[in-house]
Amino acid sequence: MLPGVLRRYAPSAVLFAVVLVAWQLAGPVFQLREYLLPGPVAVVRAALNFSIPWHEHIWITTLEILGGFAVAGVAGVLLGVAIAWSPTLARALVPFLVFVNTLPKVAVAPLFLLWLGYGIVPNMLIAALIGFFPVVINTAVGLTQVDDELLDLGRVFGAPTWKVFLKIRLPNALPYVLSALKITATAAVVGAIVGEFVASQAGLGTVIVNAQTNLNTPVAFAALVWISVIGLLLYGAVGLVARWWAPWADTT
Amino acid sequence: MIVLDGVGMTYEAASGPVEAVRDVAFEVGDGEFVALVGPSGCGKSTLLRIVAGLRPATSGRVSVEGRAVTRPIPNVGMVFQAPVLLKWRAILDNVLLPAELSGLKAEHYRSRAEDLLRLVGLGDFAAKFPRELSGGMQQRASLCRALLLDPPLLLMDEPFGALDAMTRDEMNLELLRVWGEAGTGAGRKTVVFVTHSIPEAVFLADRVVVMTPRPGRIARVVPVGLPRPRTVATRATAEFGQLSLEIYEALTAAA
Ligand SMILES: Nc1ncnc2c1ncn2[C@@H]1O[C@H](COP(=O)(O)OP(=O)(O)OP(=O)(O)O)[C@@H](O)[C@H]1O
Ligand SMILES: [Mg+2]
Repeated sequence: MLPGVLRRYAPSAVLFAVVLVAWQLAGPVFQLREYLLPGPVAVVRAALNFSIPWHEHIWITTLEILGGFAVAGVAGVLLGVAIAWSPTLARALVPFLVFVNTLPKVAVAPLFLLWLGYGIVPNMLIAALIGFFPVVINTAVGLTQVDDELLDLGRVFGAPTWKVFLKIRLPNALPYVLSALKITATAAVVGAIVGEFVASQAGLGTVIVNAQTNLNTPVAFAALVWISVIGLLLYGAVGLVARWWAPWADTT
Repeated sequence: MIVLDGVGMTYEAASGPVEAVRDVAFEVGDGEFVALVGPSGCGKSTLLRIVAGLRPATSGRVSVEGRAVTRPIPNVGMVFQAPVLLKWRAILDNVLLPAELSGLKAEHYRSRAEDLLRLVGLGDFAAKFPRELSGGMQQRASLCRALLLDPPLLLMDEPFGALDAMTRDEMNLELLRVWGEAGTGAGRKTVVFVTHSIPEAVFLADRVVVMTPRPGRIARVVPVGLPRPRTVATRATAEFGQLSLEIYEALTAAA
């Protein structure tokens, strides 16, 4: 047990430790001011300095990320189902979705603010917009890339289309959808922060913007740390759900 | 009764047309056990699919129970060449799939499914998933699935191809029992059984249809007059050897 765990995590732990030490030493060695490159100790101190209302910012950003993730997941699956269900719908939707996906989201963000005002909703939508596309594609692929013989099986037993969809196509698509959701988890984090960068009164992205104007770099770094903690937790949670829900797929 | 008349099949592949079978005509009577042998690629699987109504023939006529086959036929047990199990379902749930797909209550078939699994030596594997079974075990599970609804017609594509000789012989005996060998003939299932093994064909069948290489045509039909019920001793008889030789010669002459 222990040697296995060691072999698995030791390489990344060692690398992580080396980077941290090098980072801590870089300041004094190269005589860098703290506003240029704060060391990890200063960053951790800032991250745990609760005179900054971290919990509020974390809460807001987490809501935006989770909301965006949920919207992207639900909308992505529904659109993917529509595309796989009807070739006509596919011909109508796919070019449009590709167009939406190629739009630079940073440029769209101000529009969302204009339409929806300040608050977490526009940031959620930006997160969803960045994250939904892989879900659409993977859902559609998972529903259509079914072994011909599995479909023959349905025909041999005279199964109606909806039943084949429910019992064969949908479970077949599940691992595809779950692996797309891992990408969406990271994309939603980016989306929420982009939204906050453009304009927001609260959230970790806002903290970064404000800290940079005040040259309070340790706090900006601390916000980054919190963002990556949220991102890693969400990514890990999706991975766990995937392994529990679709144990037959060898996802990594 | 299955009737094939002048059946031909040409696949339109991207690389050009492939003529798989040509002008195949034979009949399978009710309750008859017919084995289909022929070199790899001669169109045996193709013929089974045509009979099942999964692919339309490009020429000729096919009918089952007097009705022209234009779409998948009902009440058939099909064993595909590959096991084709749903990898997200436990073995028992895979065996129960036909009931669910045809709108029957799976619960009512649970004990039958368990019996079938025991029959093929998979009693302890009902709760396992397909990836936890060997190829031969998966094949046996797919046989149970085909038998679940006790269909009067069985189309079997090398169902025992991945088994060791001992298990294969055991499965042959079980299959004959399920087929209804013990009875007088009434109530027997109609079986079309594809195999690469000449002894297996002789042991099981009433008639062996020998096909030529692609495009597959019928080279010979060999009636097997061996008495039933057949036993382990059947394989040691002179007639058994004689028939095997006859089929072997028909296969090599056609090549
Ligand atoms: N879907 C398809 N598209 C194009 N060609 C096909 C298709 N299916 C089969 N064929 C061709 O038809 C021929 C007969 O195939 P089939 O699978 O019926 O052979 P078989 O007798 O079952 O062979 P084996 O004993 O190896 O299983 C082969 O030459 C194959 O290449
Ligand atoms: Mg075949």
